Amino acid sequence: MNAKRPNLSVDVAGIRLRNPVMPASGTFGYGEEYAPFVDLNRLGAIVTKGLSLNPKAGNPMPRIAETTSGMLNAIGLQNVGIDAFVAKKCPYYREVATPVFANFFGNTLEEYGEVARRLCDVPEVTALELNISCPNVKQGGIVFGTDPKAAAEVVSLVRKANAKPLIVKLSPNVTDITVIARAVEEAGADAISCINTLTGMAVDIRSRRPKIANRTGGLSGPAIRPVAVRMVHQVVQAVKVPVIGIGGIMTAADALEFLIVGARAVQVGTANFIDPAAMLAIIDGIEAFLAEEGLDDINQLIGSLQV
Amino acid sequence: MKNYQTIILSNQEIAPGYWRMRILAPGFAAVAHPGQFVMLRPEQPLPTMLRRPFGIFRTGCLPPECSGLPPREYMELLYKVVGQGTRIMSELHAGDRVELLGPLGRGFAVGDNACAKLLVGGGIGLVPLFMLAEALIAAGHRVRLLMGGRTRDDILAVTEFERLGVETYVSTDDGSLGEEGLVTNVLERKLDEAPCAEVFACGPMPMLAAVERICSARNVPLQVSLEAHMACGVGACLGCVVKGAGHSDQRPNYLCTCKEGPVFAAGQLDWGRAAASGEGCAEGGCRQ
Repeated sequence: MNAKRPNLSVDVAGIRLRNPVMPASGTFGYGEEYAPFVDLNRLGAIVTKGLSLNPKAGNPMPRIAETTSGMLNAIGLQNVGIDAFVAKKCPYYREVATPVFANFFGNTLEEYGEVARRLCDVPEVTALELNISCPNVKQGGIVFGTDPKAAAEVVSLVRKANAKPLIVKLSPNVTDITVIARAVEEAGADAISCINTLTGMAVDIRSRRPKIANRTGGLSGPAIRPVAVRMVHQVVQAVKVPVIGIGGIMTAADALEFLIVGARAVQVGTANFIDPAAMLAIIDGIEAFLAEEGLDDINQLIGSLQV
Repeated sequence: MKNYQTIILSNQEIAPGYWRMRILAPGFAAVAHPGQFVMLRPEQPLPTMLRRPFGIFRTGCLPPECSGLPPREYMELLYKVVGQGTRIMSELHAGDRVELLGPLGRGFAVGDNACAKLLVGGGIGLVPLFMLAEALIAAGHRVRLLMGGRTRDDILAVTEFERLGVETYVSTDDGSLGEEGLVTNVLERKLDEAPCAEVFACGPMPMLAAVERICSARNVPLQVSLEAHMACGVGACLGCVVKGAGHSDQRPNYLCTCKEGPVFAAGQLDWGRAAASGEGCAEGGCRQ
């Protein structure tokens, strides 16, 4: 028994990933925080915390609350700012042979453009993930993510500002995600990642206060997975660019659902909090599944949904 | 720091609503510092549950195995049932599997000055003080524990501190055990008596704020252990931040309770704001 190991590598936005598994932005810090638990060289990619032009304080506490099979968060995009990221966080990536996707956002169109420009000459950053979908800040993110015209505008601006592969992360908090997906594809996105969190709310019945200070937060975790699989399925039908599936992936089986509906890769978020080594188990589980199914290449599985 | 997939050795209710869980953890004691914490979850597929942060109460070794091989090293938690997560934990038994990430965070800094060491615990806030007391006693210090609670049921493990050689002073809000009144009254008296003192505190936020006012008025060095809701415990999610000294919206100074804490020198924190917003210990209990 010396069967050849199945091929797990996939191409996303012109980048060859050793496997389709990467963290979702905001759940893995800048990567280094998890190095004690995860061999970063085993991941398909590293996706950073969302970056902005200036450092951002984030929302008041409390910022997180557990809900049934999920969690609400309203961190508010707290981050060190683009310059500190380049100066202090990027040098670490030289020790890691894994592509780095820099997730970023802006308060204004101009800020989106400026952050993209400042990432041009950063060799440690392989690709950009443009966040137009954070539900927890008034400006930046959701304003651009819910209107196809605004979404197209910010994507084409970033497209001109930086030639690196561009992934655009979409919000599920829209009437029809395929409209936004087509708009960003037309504006020059090389790939689409979806979904960001679903806007939610939870109340402490004793204090009668919202469980998080921002009142509403983004719902993540297994509670949202069926919604995410449905939306990824719809987006895959609607666009030609590769889609990265996100939403409540805890296990290899969960990841496989997204791949089968056509996601080229997946991002793992909340699961990192529950098990720091969750992504490694997911990668191993995908490989074992391929072997069980007699498939020698993951690309045979991607988009193989039978309907 | 390590992610243990291990088993519970025992899990017992020691006072109404308070539980003590002993967990098999080889190699844990050698790396755990006083004031550090762990992230714990039962190893069960559903319902999916975030890990919960718990202060490390103590570590030890199970006789008679310790005299031979292999040793049965354990770590212990003391916890109060305050919500769904801790309720599920209280229903676990010896042999049940848990996942334990730790030890995590920055613990107490134990200086080598000769000042009196005053440990102030409120309710379940005594948890991180036990290993601190052990370390201070081992270093030859005279250690006093000022332990406060609402009623006698909230006064835990005092005899264990006494066995270490700690002098203990108990106070309760209703006078059902020890002196009637707040632990901070006892603290002020002890500080009056001591020419030179250093204070270590953990408990509900109003207690910590009062301790901070007393200590800063007397220029007494103070370290506090905070709690917060956490998702990751390793500084990635930024869900557990606390306002640091000089914090403003323009010049944010958020500190991660998990990574830069949970123990802070009082001067690192923004006390006015932290106290006003009621951050810190919920329901009078630390480390839910």
